[in-house]
Amino acid sequence: MSRIAATFRALNQNNRKALIPFITAGDPEPKMTVLLMHELVNVGADIIELGVPFSDPMADGPIIQRSYERALKCHVGLKDVLEMVAEFRKTNTVTPVILMGYANPVEAMGYQNFAVKAEMCGVDAVLTVDYPPEECEEWLKCLKQKKIDAIFLLSPTTSELRVKEVAKKAQGFVYYVSLKGVTGAGHFDLKEVADKLTYLRSYISIPIGVGFGIHDIVTASAVAELADAVVVGSRIIEEIEKSDKNKVLMNVSNLVRSLRKAINKVSLEH
Amino acid sequence: MARACDLPDIHGHFGSYGGVFVAETLFTALEELLIQYDRYRNDADFQMEYANELKSYVGRPSPIYHAKRLSAHLGGAQILLKREDLNHTGAHKINNAIGQALLAKNMGKSRIIAETGAGQHGVASATVAARYGMECTVYMGSEDMKRQEPNVYRMRLLGATVVPVDSGSKTLKDALNEAMRDWVTNVENTFYIIGTVAGPHPYPMMVRDFQAIIGREAKLQMQEEYGRQPDKLIACVGGGSNAIGLFFPYLEDKNVDMIGVEAAGLGIESGKHAATLLTGKPGVLHGNRTYLIQDEDGQIIETHSISAGLDYPGVGPEHAWLKDTNRAQYVGVTDDEALAAFHMLCRYEGIIPALESSHALAYAAKISPTLDKEKLLLVNLSGRGDKDIDTVSQATGTIF
Repeated sequence: MSRIAATFRALNQNNRKALIPFITAGDPEPKMTVLLMHELVNVGADIIELGVPFSDPMADGPIIQRSYERALKCHVGLKDVLEMVAEFRKTNTVTPVILMGYANPVEAMGYQNFAVKAEMCGVDAVLTVDYPPEECEEWLKCLKQKKIDAIFLLSPTTSELRVKEVAKKAQGFVYYVSLKGVTGAGHFDLKEVADKLTYLRSYISIPIGVGFGIHDIVTASAVAELADAVVVGSRIIEEIEKSDKNKVLMNVSNLVRSLRKAINKVSLEH
Repeated sequence: MARACDLPDIHGHFGSYGGVFVAETLFTALEELLIQYDRYRNDADFQMEYANELKSYVGRPSPIYHAKRLSAHLGGAQILLKREDLNHTGAHKINNAIGQALLAKNMGKSRIIAETGAGQHGVASATVAARYGMECTVYMGSEDMKRQEPNVYRMRLLGATVVPVDSGSKTLKDALNEAMRDWVTNVENTFYIIGTVAGPHPYPMMVRDFQAIIGREAKLQMQEEYGRQPDKLIACVGGGSNAIGLFFPYLEDKNVDMIGVEAAGLGIESGKHAATLLTGKPGVLHGNRTYLIQDEDGQIIETHSISAGLDYPGVGPEHAWLKDTNRAQYVGVTDDEALAAFHMLCRYEGIIPALESSHALAYAAKISPTLDKEKLLLVNLSGRGDKDIDTVSQATGTIF
């Protein structure tokens, strides 16, 4: 069983929801990333989503774009990100790691080359924002050979036909984008998310995570009531951005711990 | 094999290029756009309205002008200019902006957004927004806003909101990212007018179709006025919309050579250029697969050209395909060569060309002396150069 499947099964047995924090590899500086990953696990992350820096992150808001720019200033590329995962795996063989990024860095590395290296370094899944199911057959084949899950996004506007298409191809879990817009945007309609998840579950049998726009413990716990996993990105990056370098670890730790607490409360109430 | 003029296929592919490489959040909007465009491109009323607008508002057809003094000075092939600079707003960009704005109107959208580099597409979009009574927001890199101040003012005069983009390299590619983000967020009431033949399907096809009026007119005018078609078509290529507009109707005319001229900036070997097809590698950016100027990690590299309109690290996917199939040839012209051609056209023909178009002119001037006097070179004079006079005076001085 894959690490992701095992993680969700264990969570399910304990009646808990998954917390998936997102950080950008190399932000605020490369040597912090593995430390941050371990700390995230210590304070309750079930899965880690690691952003691969890209120069033109079209689907992200300004907060995550700035984190990419900080990482790119330190020349952090896809192969460095893979090395960071390998480093993390030296002492953690349990927590799944998902790479989230854009198509061009993997185009430049080559699909086959990427899949081989990613497996070797201990990557569990990949979410490539600008590879919709229609454009990535060859890519999926390469990932499958190395047992790396392909995670897909669904949005409030995704048509029924495409939900079915994604249901066929998606592995690990499905990532539901809870609002129209880019990562870190403000508006969030809980009722709409609830209705949409009910509808999506009629097609999708694997877990559903919700992300984009979860910015505090209130939204985090509300989403935990509905979804199998809560993804928090921009809020964490914001904390990294505004912290002094020697306080990054502590501040992120406190933030994620509070998110964990909020989510646990929900799980226990049910 | 598919005929060149039948592409893209239904998925928006030109061979291995093009396609729809966007986040899920945009997919449905693009599907809706494709359905609506398919409907209106075959709708006689829509096409009639578009043709009327081109005639009465844009001032088409634009003439073909024989640059006799320039040709005599160069001493070789005859240089003919397709005068897109005479269009309303001073460039070919309006052909596409009118088409997409009409489509937006028919789709019931009340707001249009656009990205712009040199500002020509921004001005064209602001113009058609005013013409049709729509709200208009234009995204422009803050670096470009400095380079193209008069166009920023022009857009504001026309009632548009110009939003400076401070991320990344602060140029066209970043403006495009920002416009995409706006579109994702406001897709219900907003139509995104992309200015070049890039972006996700159906944009490269749709922009080409609206720009193809250039080549269709040229074909008729050449037959009427010269009794034959030109030997070579020459056009500058940034994203490549003016070039594809001229080339497309000629794709099956195998006797007509096509030459796309990229910005070689300070020289290819300097690394400071925007010659995507000459130096780039295929990859994925802004919704399509195409040649890109990128580093070995797949990060997009900042480009350089004296002409803001050519300063783009990608290129339309159809050009990528025309290059790979050898149907078109792509060459580079440096900033200095473009500037020299700019001055030459001013002095020999009394026409101030856009710096973008000056790249095409420079290449024509380079090959004309090597060719027979009977040969005809049709250069797309895609825009007028009034917007560039500050850049030119800074580069070459004001002492004459």
